[in-house]
Amino acid sequence: MSGFLSSSIGRKVAMALSAFFLMFFLIMHIAINLTSLFSEDLFNQLSHFMGTNPLVQFALQPVLILGVVFHFVMGFVLEAKNKSARNIKYVKNNGAANSTWVSRNMIYSGLAILAFIVLHFVDFWFPEINHKYIAHLPTDPNRYFGELVHKFHSPVRTGAYVAAFAFLALHLLHGFKSAFQSSGMSAKRAVKLETASKIYAIGIPVGFIIIALFHHFNQH
Amino acid sequence: MDMNLKLKIWRQNGANDEGKMVDYSLSKVSPDMSFLEMLDVLNEQIINEGGEPIAFDHDCREGICGMCSLYINGEAHGPDRGITTCQLHMRKFKDGDTIYIEPFRAKAFPVIKDLVVDRTAFDRIQHQGGFISVNTSGNTQDANSLPISKHAADEAMDAATCIGCGACVATCKNSSAMLFVGAKVSQYALLPQGQVEAADRVRNMVAQMDAEGFGNCTNTGACEVECPKGISLDNIARMNREFFKANI
Repeated sequence: MSGFLSSSIGRKVAMALSAFFLMFFLIMHIAINLTSLFSEDLFNQLSHFMGTNPLVQFALQPVLILGVVFHFVMGFVLEAKNKSARNIKYVKNNGAANSTWVSRNMIYSGLAILAFIVLHFVDFWFPEINHKYIAHLPTDPNRYFGELVHKFHSPVRTGAYVAAFAFLALHLLHGFKSAFQSSGMSAKRAVKLETASKIYAIGIPVGFIIIALFHHFNQH
Repeated sequence: MDMNLKLKIWRQNGANDEGKMVDYSLSKVSPDMSFLEMLDVLNEQIINEGGEPIAFDHDCREGICGMCSLYINGEAHGPDRGITTCQLHMRKFKDGDTIYIEPFRAKAFPVIKDLVVDRTAFDRIQHQGGFISVNTSGNTQDANSLPISKHAADEAMDAATCIGCGACVATCKNSSAMLFVGAKVSQYALLPQGQVEAADRVRNMVAQMDAEGFGNCTNTGACEVECPKGISLDNIARMNREFFKANI
């Protein structure tokens, strides 16, 4: 098994599995965030549960962070190896003739998403950790909605979120079906996978964009 | 109508030379010429002018052997689909065109001279399992006595059409050889004769592929588009499955 994980295919499969995990997390994340569009109470209840449940906080959260770190580190490792596999570049290369821009530039869409995650952690995760585990501030189960709306007051931050979600869409447009292909499923035999890929890759980021814009334009 | 062309061609005097693009002009090029015939004419012109002809690979000139290996105007085997360079005709170009001609680029395919690259990395991968071991002592079973579904036979045959030209590696932004190895693994994995050694085959061939320094597939699909034999990406997915099975 150690040979599997150190092989090119093993790393590719590991990359795909971490992608599946992160894509599942995105579904959960957007499902909770979408409730903020129509029910302040439900959003607060769900956020409070996620923020205080020990299983979520001390089991799922570390796994999620590990998954994110692994996906990025492995992405950089593979990119560096792939770059070194062609030591002399072509003078003229017509990549657009045979592949999509998004498939050739996953590293750049990935870097944009990494920058966004840093911003997102600074915005939400670090203050949350500080609130609960460092400053030990009083628990208010109804604070989450207000904090969310407040964050989207700034047009610059809202714009940055919208731009980041556009990069997320680009990344997912190739990444979703690529994860299936890497794990051994033929995309060609499943036309539905292609459709599902587009629905997911566009649907999830558009959902997040709607949430950001909704709260930006509905400041209390 | 005959064409006048500007050619920018990679010249490299041996593996240790730095190499550079050199400009040539060629006139009266017939649109009916094959691309390699055009290079033959250019070489005659260079020889008549006292220069050293351009080295390039070719053999059957029928799209079968997989020997020709040029990167033309940014694409492996040039701007056409389902063909090798020898099947590319000058009618694909226009009078006055500038054509860039480069060798296939990959660390695992070092340049030997000019446009000739060393693709023996593919041979070494094949040596690790791109075959079946058959006892030929005289009591060999007739292959036709084994029932094989039409579907499996067709897919195996499709995979077996890979001529090992290396266009997949040349095209892939990562210089990955997974389409080639996937095809070689698949053509046997689909048939009962190949399944006996399937686990060792895929393990050993992938290990050799990695040792040769090829990059990792990121599923851009460029290899499938540029492959002269239309080898499908499904073969990479199958290789991944075979590799997973062989390692659990």
